[in-house]
Amino acid sequence: MNGIPMEHGLILASILFSLGLAGLMLRRSMLFVLMSLEVMLNSAALAFVVGATAWNQPDGQAMFLLVITLAAAEASVGLALMIQLYQRFRSLDLDVASRMRG
Amino acid sequence: MMAMAVILSFLFPLVGTLILAFSAGRLGPRASATVGVGSVGLAALATLWAVLTHTGGSQGVTLWNWISVGDFQPTIGLAVDGLTLVMMSVITGVGFLIHLFAAWYMTGEAGITRFYAWMNLFVFSMLLLVLGDNLLLLFLGWEGVGLCSYGLIGYYYQNSANGQAAFKAFVVTRIGDVFLALGLFLIFMELGTLDIATILARAPELWEPGSTTANLAALLVLGGALGKSAQVPLHTWLPDAMAGPTPVSALIHAATMVTAGVYLIARLNGLFLLAPDVMLLVGVIGAASLLLAAFAALAQTDIKRVLAYSTMSQIGYMFLALGVGAFDAAIFHLVTHAFFKALLFLSAGAVIISCHHEQDMGKLGGLWRKLPVAYGGFIVGGAALVALPLVTAGFFSKDEILWQAMAADQTGLLIVGLLGAVLTGLYTVRLILGTFHGEPGSDHARHPEPGTNVFTHHLPLVVLAVLSTFIGAWIYPGLGELFPQAPGETTDSGHTLLQVLAMGAAIAGLALAGWLFLMRRQWLDDIARKGAGARLWTLWHHAWGFDALFDRVLVRPWQWSVRMLRFDFINMIMNLPAVVARVFNAGLVRAQNGRTRSYALVMVFGATLILVALALAPGGGA
Repeated sequence: MNGIPMEHGLILASILFSLGLAGLMLRRSMLFVLMSLEVMLNSAALAFVVGATAWNQPDGQAMFLLVITLAAAEASVGLALMIQLYQRFRSLDLDVASRMRG
Repeated sequence: MMAMAVILSFLFPLVGTLILAFSAGRLGPRASATVGVGSVGLAALATLWAVLTHTGGSQGVTLWNWISVGDFQPTIGLAVDGLTLVMMSVITGVGFLIHLFAAWYMTGEAGITRFYAWMNLFVFSMLLLVLGDNLLLLFLGWEGVGLCSYGLIGYYYQNSANGQAAFKAFVVTRIGDVFLALGLFLIFMELGTLDIATILARAPELWEPGSTTANLAALLVLGGALGKSAQVPLHTWLPDAMAGPTPVSALIHAATMVTAGVYLIARLNGLFLLAPDVMLLVGVIGAASLLLAAFAALAQTDIKRVLAYSTMSQIGYMFLALGVGAFDAAIFHLVTHAFFKALLFLSAGAVIISCHHEQDMGKLGGLWRKLPVAYGGFIVGGAALVALPLVTAGFFSKDEILWQAMAADQTGLLIVGLLGAVLTGLYTVRLILGTFHGEPGSDHARHPEPGTNVFTHHLPLVVLAVLSTFIGAWIYPGLGELFPQAPGETTDSGHTLLQVLAMGAAIAGLALAGWLFLMRRQWLDDIARKGAGARLWTLWHHAWGFDALFDRVLVRPWQWSVRMLRFDFINMIMNLPAVVARVFNAGLVRAQNGRTRSYALVMVFGATLILVALALAPGGGA
């Protein structure tokens, strides 16, 4: 089990997190924004798993289950919103939905 | 039975108002007119029912308990006696005829629904004013009619001058109302009640005749009456109030609302009898208003303004009667005046509409053959106004007033009254000649379109014309037993002489007018055009310059102080929190731009900032 050092796992997690964050901020399509959010959630989950393995603690595994559940819930809400967005604006572009004129 | 009728009489106009006000434009002009006229018609029928079932004396009708705190249990109640019934009959009877005429007058105007909503609300408020058994309810009606007057003077609100006139009427009468309110406070403080019957019973027990408190209370109530009844010095709003539609002038600014002050003083007669000095003041103010307004009426060119000043002058007669203690005579003149002045105003309205809203005498003329109904109205109404002997209603009531003044040994007031009668003849003849005779002054007057509707045009004029003759004087029941004894009831010496004098004054006025305006027209015009005559004309035309005086003494200093206060230093400091809040608001509004991506960016920025701060914090980071 000690084949992979903890640092490698954490670096992978932070790379995934950064990719997700960049996608969240740069993408305009809601589909990709949702995917980016999934990537970020999974990177955080990965960090939990890596930590749990390194310190032999079951808490990290439990947190992983929680994160996965959360991601599923988030995906269902996000997809529902996406369908609404598409029906209203005939587009997945998030900036189109910006109607606020403070 | 009577209670039911009385309640119905003021409920109908209220329901009419509510229907019209909440229709929100869904009612067409015809439906609005039907509701507006119909509700007052039903109120008139209910009043008739109340008159028939009234069994004499003062009958109370309790509507409900207002609040109940220990022993203090004020009720909302009505008191119905002869005076109330007379006032109700005038308000709903004359009011109904005027509403009916308005259906003709207002055809094609915008905002008919608004017009009738205000008119019905006015009738309701006025009925409340005369029905209330305590001064508080009376005050509610008093303020209500003021509000309706404001709304109706400013009816043609697109012209800002009309808004100004409405504003002026509201503010000037409000000055009087402040006095009245103070009077009510004083009465409540001293007598512990606002119930009219209790006041009249308790005041003579607690107050010495002529004591300071009694004088002050009467003076404050008089202040309110002066404002509402357009007497000197709070009269300046009435001529400007003619900016409203003519039926409004007829109903509110001639027949009913402006006589509310007369009603108030007659109702509180016991209070005024305790203050002989104030009584005298009432008479003097009445006489002054009578003369000032009669002279001003001589120099007006707008037919409605002539009628406005004549209204003020006739209310002056009523105040004169109140001042000598002849309350019955004042109410008698109030009733006949309501008949003939409503007739004159409606006839003027007929002329104005027929001549396409032309109301300048210089531009009218020669109409008598083309507008026979309006001409007849003017002749009958004018005859009643100048109190043509024996055949008109005005003669009997004005004669009664002059007789009471004589019997009270007020020779000064009597002479003013007689002089006023001569002047009334002068301006009435001038009004009729200028409007109906001579050469037409404009194309509108050359080709008038006479009203043809029998029901809404002829009927109100004919009925009012009949009431303006001696028939109107016959149907007045006489309220002598309601009031303290008038001076003329104890003696009869000189009554015949007085009647001859009064007839002489009226006929002298007519003869003088005929001689001046028919034979010496050129001479008269020359006098009015140059030198002292021209200056006198200008002075009378502007009604003795009261407007200019008030403008200098009150309005301009006020405006000046308001301008100064605009740059108030303390106010600026008080405004500082508001300015700060507004700046923050502007910043926060910019942040809420609705773009999720920029929200995410800000979130990341904030999270990074917190992480860096935690890492750099002493003792943190590990």
